[in-house]
Amino acid sequence: MSRQPTSNAAPPAEEPKGAPPRPTEHAPSPLIEARSVCKNYGAFRALENVSIAVREGEFVSIVGPNGAGKTTLVNLLTGLLVPTKGEVYFKGRNIAGVGPVTLATQGMARTFQLVQIFPELTVAETIATAAVTRQGKRWRLLSPLPQDAEIATRVAEIAGLFGLSSRLATLSRLLSQGEKKLLDVASAFALDPQVILLDEPTSGVSTAEKHAVMATLAGAARAAGVQAIILVEHDMDLVAAYSRRIIALSEGRVLADLPPEKFFADPVIIETVVGKRRGVSC
Amino acid sequence: MKHGSALLLVAIAAGALALVPLLAPPFYANLLVPFYGYAIALLGFNLLFGYSGLLSFGHALFLGLGAYTAAVVAGVWGIKEFEVALLAAALAGLIVALPLGWLAVRYRGIFFGMLTLAYGMLAHAVLFKFYHLTGGDSGMRVPRMHLLGLEFAAYNKIELLAGPFYYYCLTLCALAAFLMWRIVRSPFGLHLRSLRDNAQKAEYLGVRVHQFRLAAFAISGIYGAVGGTILGFRTGLADPELVYWTHSGHLVFMTVLGGFSSFLGPVIGALALTLLQDQLQSLTQYWRLVLGAILALVVIFLPRGLAGLAIDVSLLLGRRSAPSTASTTETA
Repeated sequence: MSRQPTSNAAPPAEEPKGAPPRPTEHAPSPLIEARSVCKNYGAFRALENVSIAVREGEFVSIVGPNGAGKTTLVNLLTGLLVPTKGEVYFKGRNIAGVGPVTLATQGMARTFQLVQIFPELTVAETIATAAVTRQGKRWRLLSPLPQDAEIATRVAEIAGLFGLSSRLATLSRLLSQGEKKLLDVASAFALDPQVILLDEPTSGVSTAEKHAVMATLAGAARAAGVQAIILVEHDMDLVAAYSRRIIALSEGRVLADLPPEKFFADPVIIETVVGKRRGVSC
Repeated sequence: MKHGSALLLVAIAAGALALVPLLAPPFYANLLVPFYGYAIALLGFNLLFGYSGLLSFGHALFLGLGAYTAAVVAGVWGIKEFEVALLAAALAGLIVALPLGWLAVRYRGIFFGMLTLAYGMLAHAVLFKFYHLTGGDSGMRVPRMHLLGLEFAAYNKIELLAGPFYYYCLTLCALAAFLMWRIVRSPFGLHLRSLRDNAQKAEYLGVRVHQFRLAAFAISGIYGAVGGTILGFRTGLADPELVYWTHSGHLVFMTVLGGFSSFLGPVIGALALTLLQDQLQSLTQYWRLVLGAILALVVIFLPRGLAGLAIDVSLLLGRRSAPSTASTTETA
């Protein structure tokens, strides 16, 4: 049985680092919601009756051990997979299996655990790819892109947010791993998403760079007006520092859905998710 | 290479080509006419291959389509205006490319290649077997046509090809290249390159992968058919060999020789192969063997083709001239 936050739960003593601005209205309807979702791969049930909701102003982390169903849940939330049972809603619309292109145009963006770039495109072209979608210019067959001031402005803004301004003319494959990760996320931000799903955004990044990358992402999210962030992450320090709410999955079920202070105060949950108490060294 | 320098080189090359009918014997101008047909077809072919990452092994189908369309327009319907044949070929290219592409662009890599190869083989079988419609192995005659409403009755066929038709093709090729240049530099062109590099990532950035591949397939079909019309006019014949898989291989050869990572690489490849094949044929009966060896050497030592080599050489010369210019300035 999952441990749900109570309605009179006290707010976190300190505002999480990357939280988007809180909504002005009380209890807004969820931006993204999974209702009693099950997902089977053949005989294997990857998700079992999972219900989650993410509202405007939330920074929600999804955690869990390997094989808990995190990636399946993210793939369902981004419309890539169709649930075996249950529904997934984005801004009140059922998005089961609609595909990433439709979601990208409706205001949802996603990044992947393994860095995804366009090796032969420059940094500017990579960001412009999303900006072209956002500005509805994808079918302009004969208008020269280099002379498009709107696209150029948006590319410069996004590159500035992610500290990539000096690398605009660099081919993506020539960037450092940390820069590639930032570019991956920057291109998603260029869609002006309302919701962004970050699938282990610091994987493959050195420990020293992790917090810098995460701080850049959080700052960019605030500056870009992203309404809600869903983070899939193994690093509990990052989860603790940035989340307003933590959803723990275990064996395809929701184990907990709690604010960070309650989540980290529960040794049973911590042991299930990370196999040891946080902060206890081996 | 800087944009201005590249434009200057293109202008010089175009000027040199314009001088061929004036300075060289008619044989050479006549030899270069098919080059323009191939150049136009390859500009389209490379939108599919170089810019979208889809290698077609059946693209000669569209060249054959263009030639047969010209044969029907001029030979069967009796419309002698070449512009009408061009428009009809472009339309036929679009109409044929849409259903074929709709199925093919769902696949990538070897599966796309094999499917397009199958299209070419099917087209060859249809043209070869439906004798009463297509003339079978004899093909269909492409009668002489008017250019811009002018009959050029005083010119014999060689004079027409080496004179007015040569300049007509040069202009058409320049227009096709300009149009394609705009396409590859447009937002549409950027989305094509993004899906070539990483289709999954592109989809998450809102790139409609199948639609864009289909559009590239259709545009390349139109370019192929227009190029085929020139080939048909030049030989006066549309025959099944035009769509045979070896002819598709010829297009791939030209593209690899010139370099598919450069905009004008395939055009350079078409020119190089046209001239090279002519020289080799006059030197040895084993010219195919030599061409095969050249292709192998290009793939191994010049993976970016002749255009890549030209860019590297120009960069090298640029680097060498820069320090010497600097030292001259310092001395002064």
